[in-house]
Amino acid sequence: MSLFVVLMAAIFVNNFIFCQFLGLCPFLGVSKKVETAAGMGIAVIFVIALASAATWLVYNFILVPLELNYLYNIAFILIIATLVQFVEMFIKKSSPSLYQALGVYLPLITTNCAVLGVAVTNMESGYDFITSIVNGVGGAVGFALAIILFAGVRERIEKCAIPKPFQGFPIALISAGLMSIAFLGFSGML
Amino acid sequence: MDINAILFPILVLGCMGVIFGAILGFASIIFRVEQDPKVPLVRECLPGANCGGCGFAGCDALSEAIAKGEAPVNACPVGGAAVAEKVAAVMGVEAGSSEKMTAFVKCQGDCDKAKSKFEYYGVDSCNFEASVSGGHKACAHGCIGDGSCVDACAFDAIHVVNGVAVVDMEKCVACGACIKACPKKLIELVPYNKRVRVVCNSLDQAAAAMKVCDTSCIGCGKCAKGCPVEAIEMTTIGNLVPPAKIAKIDYSKCVQCGKCIKECPRGAILKV
Repeated sequence: MSLFVVLMAAIFVNNFIFCQFLGLCPFLGVSKKVETAAGMGIAVIFVIALASAATWLVYNFILVPLELNYLYNIAFILIIATLVQFVEMFIKKSSPSLYQALGVYLPLITTNCAVLGVAVTNMESGYDFITSIVNGVGGAVGFALAIILFAGVRERIEKCAIPKPFQGFPIALISAGLMSIAFLGFSGML
Repeated sequence: MDINAILFPILVLGCMGVIFGAILGFASIIFRVEQDPKVPLVRECLPGANCGGCGFAGCDALSEAIAKGEAPVNACPVGGAAVAEKVAAVMGVEAGSSEKMTAFVKCQGDCDKAKSKFEYYGVDSCNFEASVSGGHKACAHGCIGDGSCVDACAFDAIHVVNGVAVVDMEKCVACGACIKACPKKLIELVPYNKRVRVVCNSLDQAAAAMKVCDTSCIGCGKCAKGCPVEAIEMTTIGNLVPPAKIAKIDYSKCVQCGKCIKECPRGAILKV
């Protein structure tokens, strides 16, 4: 499978949020403003790219040779948590401006199941190193796309007269559902 | 059952955990960022509303700037003198006095005084309504009254009363959030103690201003002539012929005598 197909499939067809329902908690939590949604999206792209590389290395060079494949879940969680912490410290030291842009979102991503989802998908599909990273970045770009689009929708909804029982999360979930249906149009394309 | 099948994974995961922990431990030493010890102390004195009224990105950014000496200790308009004193104590300098300011809406064209040109049934936001022929008020410069400033205020200090936004001066901290929110640029910061104010921002010529609102400033200049300390100036706005004028009080000269209030034939100057 060519890398381009993997990338497109990850962004649109297997969109994390709208098709796999992974990472819904930041999707609803950080999507009130386009600005913060964009920050979160970029941070997720950054972390997932690193995480898919790190998990691939650990899985193929530690777990597989030791025949401990079945421990992948717990090992991946360990890696992701460490990685995010490390990246946070590294950015804080090396680039304060990037830290100010991403800093608040990094700890949130530690517990983002989309990151673990990418690692597990990469492992199950048996992707090689490069394909894993491309698949991870694609998934993360799909996440960023979804959360930014959704934030735009929510900003507009805020201004509308919504019946009281639907205000806040109910209307957000309904619009997320409608967007998900729209994204189903991509399924079967690749 | 082979006991190794349990011990081996525990050992491997344990080792991974120890290694990762060690990496993080070393990283925290290598990548430690030196922080001025004054920053968290200053930060504690600040109100923490992150309103941005000081011109910095938030209370964290301001405390850093104060600690570095880039901002004065009384830079926080919200905290006023009390906070400035505390910050000054941390920084070891004298707190200068800062005049208390308050936001002020230059319009009193409420539902009774100002005419409407149409009924608006759109999105409940001043910015949206302002894009529909300038809003429902006949006066193109008056308060629309949809309360975008109310939404912007983090301190519950501005409310729409009878179609016009009114600032609660006791609650207002002069952060300036409402000033940015107002599409008509009606709100400005004025000294808290100067209560005699021109409550109109009309940029229309006299005849037009008179037609659209009962209490508009028509630029007649009676107040300026009557002022004993020459604190009122008639400013010309735009390049209309005949010129559109509006009274402006110079608060540094004004002595609050209130003579202009009696002079004004339109009731556009008030003691609030």
